Amino acid sequence: MSNSFSNPPTDAANRSLRPSTSPRWLQALLSPNVIAPLGVGIVVLVAWELGVALTQTPPYILPGPFLILITLVKEWGSLFPSLLITLQVTLVAFVAAVVSGLFVAIVFTQSKWIERSFFPYAVILQTTPIAAIAPLIILWVRQVVEGDQATFISLVICAWLVAFFPILSNTTLGLNSADHNLRNLFQLYHANRWQTLIYLRLPSAMPYFLGGLRISGGLALIGAVVAEFVAGTGGTRSGIAYQILIASFNLQIPKMFAALFMTTALGVMIFAVLTVLSDFLLRHWHESAIKREN
Amino acid sequence: MSSNPAFTLSEVSKVYSNGTVALQNLNLSVGKGEFVSLLGPSGCGKSTVLRLVAGLGQMNRGNLAWGTSSRQKLAFVFQEAALMPWATVQENVRLPLKLTGMGKAVAEAAVAEAIALVDLRGFEKSYPRELSGGMKMRVSIARALVTHPDVLLMDEPFGALDEMTRSRLNSDLLNLWQQKKWTVVFVTHNIYEAVYLSNRVVVMASRPGRVVADVPIQAPYPRTEAFRMSPLFNDYCRDISERLSLAAQGVGEPPGEHPSRYNVVDSMA
Repeated sequence: MSNSFSNPPTDAANRSLRPSTSPRWLQALLSPNVIAPLGVGIVVLVAWELGVALTQTPPYILPGPFLILITLVKEWGSLFPSLLITLQVTLVAFVAAVVSGLFVAIVFTQSKWIERSFFPYAVILQTTPIAAIAPLIILWVRQVVEGDQATFISLVICAWLVAFFPILSNTTLGLNSADHNLRNLFQLYHANRWQTLIYLRLPSAMPYFLGGLRISGGLALIGAVVAEFVAGTGGTRSGIAYQILIASFNLQIPKMFAALFMTTALGVMIFAVLTVLSDFLLRHWHESAIKREN
Repeated sequence: MSSNPAFTLSEVSKVYSNGTVALQNLNLSVGKGEFVSLLGPSGCGKSTVLRLVAGLGQMNRGNLAWGTSSRQKLAFVFQEAALMPWATVQENVRLPLKLTGMGKAVAEAAVAEAIALVDLRGFEKSYPRELSGGMKMRVSIARALVTHPDVLLMDEPFGALDEMTRSRLNSDLLNLWQQKKWTVVFVTHNIYEAVYLSNRVVVMASRPGRVVADVPIQAPYPRTEAFRMSPLFNDYCRDISERLSLAAQGVGEPPGEHPSRYNVVDSMA
């Protein structure tokens, strides 16, 4: 810190060279943001391993982290393809939620009347418990579509139902949050509806939309997993939730933990990717993405 | 001055939906090329006048007549710079042209000119958050100038700036005004600023918003720092300050009926 004060020219030079130097990359890895949670994780894992070993808890009650890791490696061949199926459901549902959420939000903000009339139903969509209606959705989809495809579509619909609302609600809020003076300015220059949307409202909504994206990414995964639990389908295209379910039936608790760990890791990865995307898109102007130097 | 008016407001009343009477029977005529300040306490409706002239909002009674048959080109400068934080200085200045459908290449020269006028060359690619308050205000002014407006409406544009930045921007604005011959309506609550800048200071009072005095500032342009230090400047400030406090006590006088107490001073330079 003191270095950057006493030696500003060097600091400026470093900044302009930022992308190419590797020590900076290493520095980032050694920053408190990484070190601190990593330390907590290691302490918890060691305590867990020791606790399991000392109390001689059998693996079918609680396996130690080391055993879970071994199981993860051993069962990778059966777990990873399942994870990919779940990821596929999640991604399709997420993209559908983003597109539909953005579109509906834009329609809502075109007229107060549309928003007033339809927003309550969007809320109802959100508050209906997904686990309760998943069987219905599966039943209905099977009336229309045959076989494996039907399961996939039902799972996507369930995951979409959960992921849709945060994007709709955040984007609607964002579209309505354009600066008052800027709105007047657009009015003064006789901007039409379309120009106001493209040049003012959408950019203003961007931080909100991206916030919604981060929430929805995780929710889409949860929606996919929950729906899979309910669907309980086997067959060739079974997802990670099915693996968790079967492992617990067969008392393969280490395998269950391994599958659980993979699901969580996927969720964290989705969040991380969306956070990087958000920071990238907002890097020039939004407080959330700006590196403060004071 | 008003023989060739840019616009005239007659008998204008404006009541907000919460029942506040923002303006009552307001008459105001602003001559073409005039620099008129609207001065008054907060809540006297001076910003409302500006918004009505800009066509932002409807008046309940009265009317606004433009001096020329063709509608004049307006530009508005708000108290906050009101820049788009996601856009660079250049893109912010280009906005009014973009909204009229002008292509990027065509707009380029006008944008460069406006940025040069407010002395911001070299900052074209900067984002608003990288600029100081005074620089943001300059961008806001450049954005107003880029369309070559006839009438410039300014709503306490320098109210949030420190004194030094404010006086710097004041003299820059006066220089530009003398070059470009705009009609300027300048809302402020700063007496010194109003006297320094204006041809006329229109003093307003609140509850209900109305004009209580219309003081011509008879000092020649260009106005220098010497004018700010002159006894004449002080006299004007004291006089307007007295009128403001009289108005606050409810003793106003109808506009245009007060005797002119000042002679034109030509020796100022």
